[in-house]
Amino acid sequence: MRELKYVITDPMGIHARPAGELVKAAAGFPCNVTIEKDGRAVDAKRIMGVMSLGVKCGMEITLKTAGEQEDAAMDALSKFLKENL
Amino acid sequence: MEITGKSVFNGIAIGRLAIFKNGDNPVKREKITDCRAEIQRFMDAKEEAKIQLGALYEKALKEVGEVNATIFEVHQMMLDDLDYVESVTNIIQSQEVNAEYAVATTGDNFSAMFAAMDDDYMKARAADVKDISNRVITILQGNQMGGIQSEEPVILLANDLAPSETVQLDKSKVLSFVTRHGSTNSHTAILARTMNIPALIGIDYTEDVEGKLGIVDGYEGKLIIDPESSVLEQYRARKEADEEKKRLLMELRGKEDVTLDGKQIKLYANIGSVSDVATVLANGAGGIGLFRSEFLYLESSDYPTEEEQFTAYRKVAEMMAGKKVIIRTLDIGADKQVDYFGLDKEENPAMGYRAIRICLDRTDIFKTQLRALYRASYYGNIAIMFPMIISVDEVLKIKGIVAEVKKELDAEGLPYREVELGIMIETPAAVMMTEELAKEVDFFSVGTNDLTQYTLAIDRQNPKLDNIYDSHHPAIMKMLQMIVDNGHAGGCWVGICGELGADTTLTETFLRMGFDELSVSPSMVLSVREEIRKTDLSSQEK
Repeated sequence: MRELKYVITDPMGIHARPAGELVKAAAGFPCNVTIEKDGRAVDAKRIMGVMSLGVKCGMEITLKTAGEQEDAAMDALSKFLKENL
Repeated sequence: MEITGKSVFNGIAIGRLAIFKNGDNPVKREKITDCRAEIQRFMDAKEEAKIQLGALYEKALKEVGEVNATIFEVHQMMLDDLDYVESVTNIIQSQEVNAEYAVATTGDNFSAMFAAMDDDYMKARAADVKDISNRVITILQGNQMGGIQSEEPVILLANDLAPSETVQLDKSKVLSFVTRHGSTNSHTAILARTMNIPALIGIDYTEDVEGKLGIVDGYEGKLIIDPESSVLEQYRARKEADEEKKRLLMELRGKEDVTLDGKQIKLYANIGSVSDVATVLANGAGGIGLFRSEFLYLESSDYPTEEEQFTAYRKVAEMMAGKKVIIRTLDIGADKQVDYFGLDKEENPAMGYRAIRICLDRTDIFKTQLRALYRASYYGNIAIMFPMIISVDEVLKIKGIVAEVKKELDAEGLPYREVELGIMIETPAAVMMTEELAKEVDFFSVGTNDLTQYTLAIDRQNPKLDNIYDSHHPAIMKMLQMIVDNGHAGGCWVGICGELGADTTLTETFLRMGFDELSVSPSMVLSVREEIRKTDLSSQEK
């Protein structure tokens, strides 16, 4: 399993559109991908769940990938976070 | 029968009345036996809904721009969400019920989840979940989404219309909008102005008017139902006269903006996106007096890059082929769309963290825009205008940042031209400081909407105040004269880019005050031109 802690810098937080893009990116990998905030974890492949976290600017999230292609998934998703959020 | 309300756009419309149905479909819970077939029905309806949303996205893109269109893309993603889909299929399977009921229940559950969040942006998503569920249910029931059933164009009556509802309408079937609620600044009002059709608000119609003949009098602000034949004849004649006038206006395209006694004034147009340039050219405006750059910002999920901005500014500059293009730097903050994008909620956003205040606080964002603007200046005749100025100090800070940007571009060998720098005069503070400000900039452009709101202390979004919101208030007129006089004394040219600029009852007043430029919405260019061309300043003042 790989894990990354990341603080959101986008002033708008994880709002609908980047949530959608993140979900699309996560869905491209076979491994499990979760996003955790304040102890609540959601499946990063589901937009309603990701949006329900209500992540705002300055909040820390934990991204976890576990299973097949977990390294590739972590690389791609951490890059997405840094570039977009 | 006559109902009087308030007009938000002039004109006469005659046609059948149709009450807008917003597609609220009652859903019955029914037992089914073949769960697999029912799930397939849901899946098919979901796919159909996605196709509809794709088409709406394209339509919205053309009509209201990418910012407002994005919502339909998000709706598509929500429909594909596994939690959502699983919830629907689970309900069908475990309760052996119809797909309509399963979708309605799922929609209610998810929207309750969003509604309970302590974040206004996310709370608003509750309506989105309801909206997509409603769309799927409508398809399952074999109905049409709310809209116009009539084959003939109609006068559309509604409580109020949300932007998502107006986008779905077949505009060629709307002769006029008539709503019970809404203010002169509501979405419907703006749409009516863009479409050039009469619109009324505050009309409390009864449900039994459906299908009756009606007349919308956008001059008097009234709706006439079942008119007598003599009244109908009278309005037909007025409508014809209106159309004749429209034809005349088209003849004024390409004519000079000059009064009978030879005074020239620049007549420019206001735009909000690159695609508006076409209507600017079609109406023969002499330039762009206000290009609202914030639309470009709100289009993307992140701050637009320098390259993205440069491409857009360059495109407008090139399309205008040497004509002046005045681009206003980022003016977000007061608009509700900013709430939607997650900025802190403010008690009093019109007086809050907005426009130049954000730019001078977060200079990285500001610099990116200035770099893009200066780089684009090489490809046309660009001028830059700064919003919400209240002090000379702000202008000096801006000029300092501009100097840094130019130095950077010099060092990188990127070409640019010297551009005129101007400021919006839209706060009473700026008006009082015009003498000093004029020494620091090349031009002033008066934002009459905000200036009136700040000067009269009247919230222009509040429909209750519409009756005392007087844009011709003597305080405003005195300020306008002061702005022109101080501007000219300090070597500035002075224009108006607020809505008042298009008020033809004031065109002569503006000319007499000495304004050098008027910038109006593209559809108003020709009527203002007509007014200018029949004005004679050498005659006695009226």
